[in-house]
Amino acid sequence: MVQPKLRVTLLTGRTIEQGVGKEQGKSSHGYFEACSMVYMDAEDMKKLGVRNNTNVLVTTPNGSVVLKAVKYTRGSTPGLIYIPYGPWANAIVSDSTTSIGMPSFKGTPAEVEAAPDKPVLSMKELFKSQFGR
Amino acid sequence: MAEMLIKNGFVFDPINRINGEKMDIAIKDGKIVGSVNERRAKKIDATGLTVMPGGVDIHTHIAGAEVNTGRLMRPEDHVKDVVRKTPLTRSGVGYSIPSTFVTGYRYSKMGYTTIMNPSMPPLEAKHTHEELNDTPMLDKASYPLLGDWWFVLEYLRKGDLTECARYVAWMMGTSKGYAIKIVNPGGLESWGFGRNVHSIDDEVPNFCITPREIMCGLAKVNKMLNLPHTIHLHTNNLGLPGNYATTLETMRALESVASGDKPVAHITHLQFSSFAGDGWGNMRSGAEEISKYINAHNHITFDMGQVIFTDTTTMTADGPFEYTLYELSGHKWVNTDIETETSGGIIPFHYKRNNAVNATQWSIALELALLIEDPWKMFLTTDHPNGGPFFAYPKIIAWLSSKKARMATLKKCHKKAQKKSLLPSITRELTLYDIAIVTRAGQAKALGLKEKGHLGVGADADIAIYNINPEKTDIARKYKTARRAFGNAAYTLKDGKVVVKDGEITQHVDGKTIWLDVQTAEQVKVDEEMKRRFKEYWTVEYDNYPVFDHYVKVPSPITVKADV
Amino acid sequence: MSIVKAVTCPVCGSLCDDIELTVENNEVVKVKNGCAMCESKYLGYKSEHRIRTPLVRKDGKFVPVSMDEAVHKAAEILANANYPILYGWSSTNCEAQRVGVELAEEVGGVLDNTAVVCHGPSILSVQEVGIPTCTLGQIRHRADLMLYWGCDPWSAHPRHLERYTSFTEGRFEDSAWKAYLQKVKAAAGKKKLVSAERLEFVKSRPRPQTQACTISGPPQTLKKDGRKLIVIDVRKSMTAEMADYFIQVEPNKDYEVMQAIRALVRDHELDVDKVGGIPVEYLEEVADALVNCNFGVIFFGMGLTQSAGKFRNIDVAISLIRDLNRRTKFAIMPMRGHFNVAGANIVSTWQSGYPYGVDFSLGYPRYNPGETTCMDVLLRGESDASLVIAADPGATFPKRAVEHMVKTPLIVIDPHMNATAMLADIVFPSAFVGIEVGGTAYRMDNVPLPLKKVVEPPAGILPDEEILKRILEEVRIIKAQKMAKQAEAA
Repeated sequence: MVQPKLRVTLLTGRTIEQGVGKEQGKSSHGYFEACSMVYMDAEDMKKLGVRNNTNVLVTTPNGSVVLKAVKYTRGSTPGLIYIPYGPWANAIVSDSTTSIGMPSFKGTPAEVEAAPDKPVLSMKELFKSQFGR
Repeated sequence: MAEMLIKNGFVFDPINRINGEKMDIAIKDGKIVGSVNERRAKKIDATGLTVMPGGVDIHTHIAGAEVNTGRLMRPEDHVKDVVRKTPLTRSGVGYSIPSTFVTGYRYSKMGYTTIMNPSMPPLEAKHTHEELNDTPMLDKASYPLLGDWWFVLEYLRKGDLTECARYVAWMMGTSKGYAIKIVNPGGLESWGFGRNVHSIDDEVPNFCITPREIMCGLAKVNKMLNLPHTIHLHTNNLGLPGNYATTLETMRALESVASGDKPVAHITHLQFSSFAGDGWGNMRSGAEEISKYINAHNHITFDMGQVIFTDTTTMTADGPFEYTLYELSGHKWVNTDIETETSGGIIPFHYKRNNAVNATQWSIALELALLIEDPWKMFLTTDHPNGGPFFAYPKIIAWLSSKKARMATLKKCHKKAQKKSLLPSITRELTLYDIAIVTRAGQAKALGLKEKGHLGVGADADIAIYNINPEKTDIARKYKTARRAFGNAAYTLKDGKVVVKDGEITQHVDGKTIWLDVQTAEQVKVDEEMKRRFKEYWTVEYDNYPVFDHYVKVPSPITVKADV
Repeated sequence: MSIVKAVTCPVCGSLCDDIELTVENNEVVKVKNGCAMCESKYLGYKSEHRIRTPLVRKDGKFVPVSMDEAVHKAAEILANANYPILYGWSSTNCEAQRVGVELAEEVGGVLDNTAVVCHGPSILSVQEVGIPTCTLGQIRHRADLMLYWGCDPWSAHPRHLERYTSFTEGRFEDSAWKAYLQKVKAAAGKKKLVSAERLEFVKSRPRPQTQACTISGPPQTLKKDGRKLIVIDVRKSMTAEMADYFIQVEPNKDYEVMQAIRALVRDHELDVDKVGGIPVEYLEEVADALVNCNFGVIFFGMGLTQSAGKFRNIDVAISLIRDLNRRTKFAIMPMRGHFNVAGANIVSTWQSGYPYGVDFSLGYPRYNPGETTCMDVLLRGESDASLVIAADPGATFPKRAVEHMVKTPLIVIDPHMNATAMLADIVFPSAFVGIEVGGTAYRMDNVPLPLKKVVEPPAGILPDEEILKRILEEVRIIKAQKMAKQAEAA
């Protein structure tokens, strides 16, 4: 069976949980919880057959990463996914700076698919896989 | 510390009435002394050279929030004037808003040793002082902007001069400031809601007070506190055609505060306040009327605000004026209003010879400087960087001291400006003695800096030596020689140390920061009520507002005993 | 036990300076007035993530070393590098930043701060069109209209509204707090009604609409007296929920929406029905509100600087403010993130002329974002060493940029074992600025505030400024030795 995939626009940004987590320490559990997730629209999740708090694989031309999908409860955002700033988001954001030094952290195309069996990597595991450190 | 002897120079020291006399200057421990041990002292041979006190600048925007925003917004200004790192000096950028280190070096190369930074919003005073710490080679002080401060407006409105004076005294210490700066009084508070005042009797919205009441009130407060400088005033309607009338009215209003021959107000960058005409089309010089008044009265000093034909950056606390410039030019525009205190604006500006208004402005400043007879009332500035960058001072010296020099420039100006200019009819040429007054002695005197601007015993050994032999060189004819000499001092001494030789920095020294510790009989009451009021007025806590002592690298406070 | 008042919080650009800390046995035990991030910082700074000693990577593992050894190793790397990057600076004090510029100049490196990934584009726009702005108190006293565009202060600057904008008492404007409370009460009432409906206690009625732009007509709240709060964002944020008016713009469409508003402010008519997914009549309503206020302000954030258009979005936002100033009084302000990123720009500017992305490799400062920022240098793979201080590019830079950073020697100075430190070759533990060391920081409106030292740092842990000074000194020694050797050889 072919996995359904959803084309979306990827935004990365600040959440209060990420803000609190980063002050506790980047290797804290709070930071991991806050950043290794993706906010999705409820309808979109239904389309993919993804339940709240289960894992998805997000892919862009820059790479892919497994994140926990969380339903966005404040209004609808069809076709939009939102990942808090952090190494997980950075694994897939566009590094195109359009010649002014600023990467494209917001508004780049991505694909999402359900990945209930794939694990979310810890920061250490993520770095090991990316940089060998 | 080493003793030093500057031998055989032509000394120009107007405060001590020394006019080109050939003599020696002795230095010990950074001060001028009567004599030193000839044998032991290090000697500088100044034979054939001109010796003057170190230059003093009464008004130059070189540090603080506004200057720095100017730097930030103008990379195109920096790129044409880059400064390399050397083993002795830091790198940076120059031109109209030089980086802090370069500012210090360039002033020092011209033989300047003391500068006044005239526009400090008290809320951002820490910023000013942090930058001054990184401005080497110079002693410096700053004027806090107080003319639209709510406390001042409220106490003056109530007629409570004593309490107003106490708060001004408190603010001098709190912001580590040196003089009361007033900019477009009333206009800056009005600008908070996008309005302005248009005459000295316009009422300030929400505060029921007029610019006249603010200026006269603060001039009285200045006297009550015995501050060494007068109020430092940027007039209403600055930069607008016809404003010479406002300036005359302002000076007349201040007569009420004057007594004897002592000045009670310094009108800064007077050129910008001396426009006649009723629109840009027929804008012309008001210098004749203004100079007539100043020649007949002794309560005013002023600085020129000379315009230089170049690309520069205008910046002033006069937010509404900068808005006018924005409307005129459509250029990139910064506005920065400061809560409870003041406002500010920045616009890059290119003064052009072939622009009738710009050329007239250029002429006005020189007309004022030359028509006002007493050089002790007049000081050389460009209102850096508003009229042009400070390193153009040698050009101005040439224009002031040589009719040939100014006519050469006037000839290249817009025809309309040429026709209207009073310069062809003015024959006066300032001598080296006059130049020493308008670039150091007069400025130090107006500032009440007793150890600056002269070479008498006890003065700071801040000295400039220029490569001009007054016996051989007539600066009125050889104005290019003079220009070169004043731009590249043969020697600059700061506190008795040689910091420049042949126009090159030989040593990086930190200058002092000067401020006033004004002692009033009764001080401002700092109680819970005051702190509560403070919290209402500002968005920072009372405890975090003052410029603490550690913000000043080399402190040099002056204690002032007030009459209140 | 002692209570320290008027402490400046070293977390975000709001730089709240009314924090009250209770200190017991050289440890902060209680935080008053702070937000969640503030509390997290003051209570969490001593966590297990703290680095205790300088570390050097040997055979892939960190080994503790002495301070002197770490300083020497770091200095050697920097002194021998051709094109090193010195990045970060936004979570430290201005005193350390000053030494940083000097160090970058000494080693001929690229000095850059976190503005490159937050408000760098805003700075580029200021350099294009200027910026009409003011201090936050001016807004508190006077503003009757706040528009937050592409930012969510509730999450990133939690006390912004209560200290500086909608919910504060000013001289000429009252707090909108009461009106907000009423709104919340009404909303709670509505919720009860809805749940009652669900329970079928009352007869079913048509459900009241929310105030998003999906409703049939613009809401009436923009006509109310007093302070108004408008939020424009791609998703309904917490801040948006508090707003009088929320407009949901399609991602990457901010530019055209703003240009449309600009046209409307200039009294042009739009001959389309929708812009960026928003019906024009709503934009007209917003334009009316903007023109008719006494003092308005736009705050903007990463929603504009990081999405399509980047600095052009800010260009048009500032241009809108320029236009609005011909009609009324208006200001605009970037929501600065790190507590002293503004200071990093300011210090860099007064010493070098440029706010970020300064290249000293030619012996004088050069600035050309797109070429000279550390992001450009990393993505081109040109740098041959990095020093990272008071920022965490390991957690904030795109993967490819970090990849190159890790390939070359990496020195990190930080109190915590952050993401970059985990990847580093040399790690210096430093004292927490604003907790264990004082100094100065600049608020988002460029107002300088003193930071307080409230507790002693752990034994042997130095402030950033001190560590940098020691590295700088060592670099100078190594360079002098090198020169002497070359002279000898010649």
